[in-house]
Amino acid sequence: MAQPEDKVLDHAKLFQEPDYEAMLENKRAKYECGHPDEMVREIADWTKTWDYREKNLARTALTVNPAKACQPLGAVFAAAGYRGTMSFVHGSQGCVAYYRSHLSRHFKEPVSAVSSSMTEDAAVFGGLTNMVDGLANTNALYSPEMIAVSTTCMAEVIGDDLNSFIQQARGKASIPDELPVPHAHTPAFVGSHVDGYDNMQKGILEHFWEGAERTAGDGLNIVPGFDGFAVGNIRELRRMLSLMGVEATILSDVSEVYDTPSDGEFRMYAGGTTMDEVKAALDAKATLSLQEYCSRKTLEYCRAKGQTTEALHYPLGVAGTDKLLMTLAELTTKPIPESLRLERGRLVDAMADSQSWLHGKTYAIYGDPDFVYAMAQFVMETGGEPRHCLATNGSKAWGKKMQALLDGSPFGQGCQVWPGKDLWAMRSLLLTEPTDLLIGNSHGKYLERDTRVPLVRLNFPIFDRHHHHRSPLWGYQGGLNVLVKILDKIFDRMDAESDTVGVNDTSFDLTR
Amino acid sequence: MDLDQEHDWAAVNEALIADILEAYPPKAKKNRAKHLGVAQPAPDEAETGETAGSRCDMLKSNVRSVPGVMTIRGCAYAGSKGVVWGPIKDTVHISHGPVGCGHYSWGQRRNYYTGTTGVDSFVTMQFTTDFQEKDIVFGGDKKLATTIDEITALFPLAQGVSIQSECPIGLIGDDIEAVARKKKEETGKPVIPVRCEGFRGVSQSLGHHIANDAIRDWVLEKGDAPEGGVEPGPYAVNVLGDYNIGGDAWASRMLLEEMGLEVVGNWSGDATLAEVARAPKAKLNLIHCYRSMNYICRYMEEKHGIPWMEYNFFGPSQIAASLRAIAQRFDETIQANAEKVIARYQPLVDRVVAKYRPRLEGKSVMLYVGGLRPRHVVTAYEDLGMVIAGTGYEFGHGDDYKRTGAHVQPGTLIYDDVTGYELEKFIERLRPDLVGSGIKEKYPVQKMGIPFRQMHSWDYSGPYHGYDGFAVFARDMDLAINNPVWDLFKAPWAREEPSTSNAA
Repeated sequence: MAQPEDKVLDHAKLFQEPDYEAMLENKRAKYECGHPDEMVREIADWTKTWDYREKNLARTALTVNPAKACQPLGAVFAAAGYRGTMSFVHGSQGCVAYYRSHLSRHFKEPVSAVSSSMTEDAAVFGGLTNMVDGLANTNALYSPEMIAVSTTCMAEVIGDDLNSFIQQARGKASIPDELPVPHAHTPAFVGSHVDGYDNMQKGILEHFWEGAERTAGDGLNIVPGFDGFAVGNIRELRRMLSLMGVEATILSDVSEVYDTPSDGEFRMYAGGTTMDEVKAALDAKATLSLQEYCSRKTLEYCRAKGQTTEALHYPLGVAGTDKLLMTLAELTTKPIPESLRLERGRLVDAMADSQSWLHGKTYAIYGDPDFVYAMAQFVMETGGEPRHCLATNGSKAWGKKMQALLDGSPFGQGCQVWPGKDLWAMRSLLLTEPTDLLIGNSHGKYLERDTRVPLVRLNFPIFDRHHHHRSPLWGYQGGLNVLVKILDKIFDRMDAESDTVGVNDTSFDLTR
Repeated sequence: MDLDQEHDWAAVNEALIADILEAYPPKAKKNRAKHLGVAQPAPDEAETGETAGSRCDMLKSNVRSVPGVMTIRGCAYAGSKGVVWGPIKDTVHISHGPVGCGHYSWGQRRNYYTGTTGVDSFVTMQFTTDFQEKDIVFGGDKKLATTIDEITALFPLAQGVSIQSECPIGLIGDDIEAVARKKKEETGKPVIPVRCEGFRGVSQSLGHHIANDAIRDWVLEKGDAPEGGVEPGPYAVNVLGDYNIGGDAWASRMLLEEMGLEVVGNWSGDATLAEVARAPKAKLNLIHCYRSMNYICRYMEEKHGIPWMEYNFFGPSQIAASLRAIAQRFDETIQANAEKVIARYQPLVDRVVAKYRPRLEGKSVMLYVGGLRPRHVVTAYEDLGMVIAGTGYEFGHGDDYKRTGAHVQPGTLIYDDVTGYELEKFIERLRPDLVGSGIKEKYPVQKMGIPFRQMHSWDYSGPYHGYDGFAVFARDMDLAINNPVWDLFKAPWAREEPSTSNAA
């Protein structure tokens, strides 16, 4: 076969041409030695049953399609939010290639990080030389204002001591005395990326705060947490803060570095929390985390230093944003301005306008623990009913907290909470107890294909749709964005199910 | 960039390298100097009998990366699970260890396949033992054994299981081979342990080798993979080192079948374990990605007497030459068929070249990729009138650089295991019209206002192999270079050029 004369077909259409279909059919019949079609259908049908679901949910060792990544990814993300900071991940180099690719695929932006490139000899003798030489090279090539060191599981298994190694590197004049090099041990076999975020945040604060004298002031620190929508969200947060007249230090702000302009210049570093801000943050009256499960150790450390701490679960939706604003008001004694009350009213207005389409809709929600909490809360505000709430990196304690949230609303009564489960478990849940909508990330597209439950992409990572992370989910404005995405999905599906002229198009309504 | 023939590009590039090396501390500078160079004039053709365009094998390669420099390389796990094993569709590949490795590599290589995912095919799924601290402390063999039991129960149509070791496995002394033997006996299906821990070797490359060896030891030598299918005849060939990215292997298979050959196994894009196991019955091994599968070719040659040859299905010049060279290994019927195939596709080639060559003529390209591509795609660009300004390998060996000479002109910039710093400076100074590299390089290059195509994943396009693929390749290079967005970078009111990067 050859390409048609008038256009170029790529993979999307080329392999649906008859010649290719025949070729692949012949390959299957003659060479693949696959199972008979009937057997494949039989097993496929079995995977949709309650019997399969029970076996699937009873797994004790195998994980399939988990919705979580490993600690160092979170550490690299957290470090990127500090001004001029280069992440240096101590251990095998392939890991760093993976974190950079993963974050780039989501943000569609450059992601810089280096590795100490440990190999077999370092596995035997330790990675000290790699650290000493590596820090010197990073400093010489990339002129960072700070190098944030984290670890891959290899360095953790052999027990490399970061603190000692960095001191020894300083002793060998590998880096200038004044260059800050905070560190965090981030073993991939403990927790997930949200814990790596937490550990790196704490490591950076410790670096600047240990040995410093705290003079308690009125300031406020905000820890945003690991967030694929950080670009839009942090900008929206800053806008709300400025409307309130609150000056806060955002500890790790990636909104610039993961959204640099195209004007001919590659900016390896952009924006971010400055070293002076971090130092001054010790004196703050309080530290507010916007994602509790991304910041438990960090907040504990802040409390140990004498600060008040508060933790929210991803300020999304009406009550989620109300809580953010009231917490800010309480911590800073600044009133919530009329303009934000009007914004609130506009979100509520939109929800009222659309309520008939939202009331009683059922949802499956998965993602990081704080996101799932916030999303379930917002869904219930719209009259929707969460049915499955799943966080692969959610603990039993998170499960209890979710249950308490659901118990507090008549719309949460039919919901089951699934801490620690993966997306192959979600597949069984959706096939046995389907919902109207699925809220997740790009990995959810496999669930949408297998179960036909429409997917709304609202958390990290989003690889197959572009630029959503540039608009906020937080605040009343963010709530509007979420609302529109959900409504579009509902209306698009209704149209798709009634779009064959003369067959099923009686409900193909012009106005909805 | 201006590829004026008057310019002495060798001297320009030599000076550029010297300049860039100045940024390094002494130890790293000494190391990196051995990995950067300029293609030298070829030795006299009469002496070597080859029509080499240049000589590129003076670079040092396949050695450890310098720490802290932002190497673009991956690891042995990436080479084994990500490249060689992952595309085998009817086998479950366990990312054995912590959750990250399997997560980041999940569904990212675009190894196309047919089948019912989750039922009889598993390529775009992420299976892991998700190691916790207790598995590190007490060992993970029991968990691995239970994992395989659960796979057997929940995925009964899987034809086998491979165990893709992540870093901790080799450090904590687990005996995955013992688990594999036991589970093979219990399940009656192949269970293949692969020691591809990420710290082994210096790049993906050792992972390819380890994966090849695991196929040799645990599939070909044991002979317990599913059997059946058609008995290979006199025209039976295997295609090795085609991972069917965006359907590459299908566009290639089309041509081989059209010339009368029978592709009894494709390694490993869209492959089944049976195709892998059947390979030693073929008459000839055709290898596209030499780097990742030459090992198993050599083995099959030694053990089974199967000859192998390299070929190149990028761009019409190389495709035609390859089809003829392959046909030479068979009888006159096949040779005549090869000519028919070339003739049949000539109108397509003419149309594509007529449409795109005028839009791409003289445009310069810098490449930095892995495997076969730093040399194999060069002629495809030249078929469109484009010129290669620089090329290099992430994980090439001496034999790759030796083969590169035939494809590039003297004076071309050559870089091995290039660092982020070097690549940025090369691009900034040479300002090519197009850069072809990976996802990590894409956005920095585009920010500089230079068009870019990912040449690992085909930037979510493809196929690029074969004649059908060449049309897609030409279209994609054109749309990258000639998109109007590159002219919008400068605001009309801005008087000055943007300030230089604060990145050093």
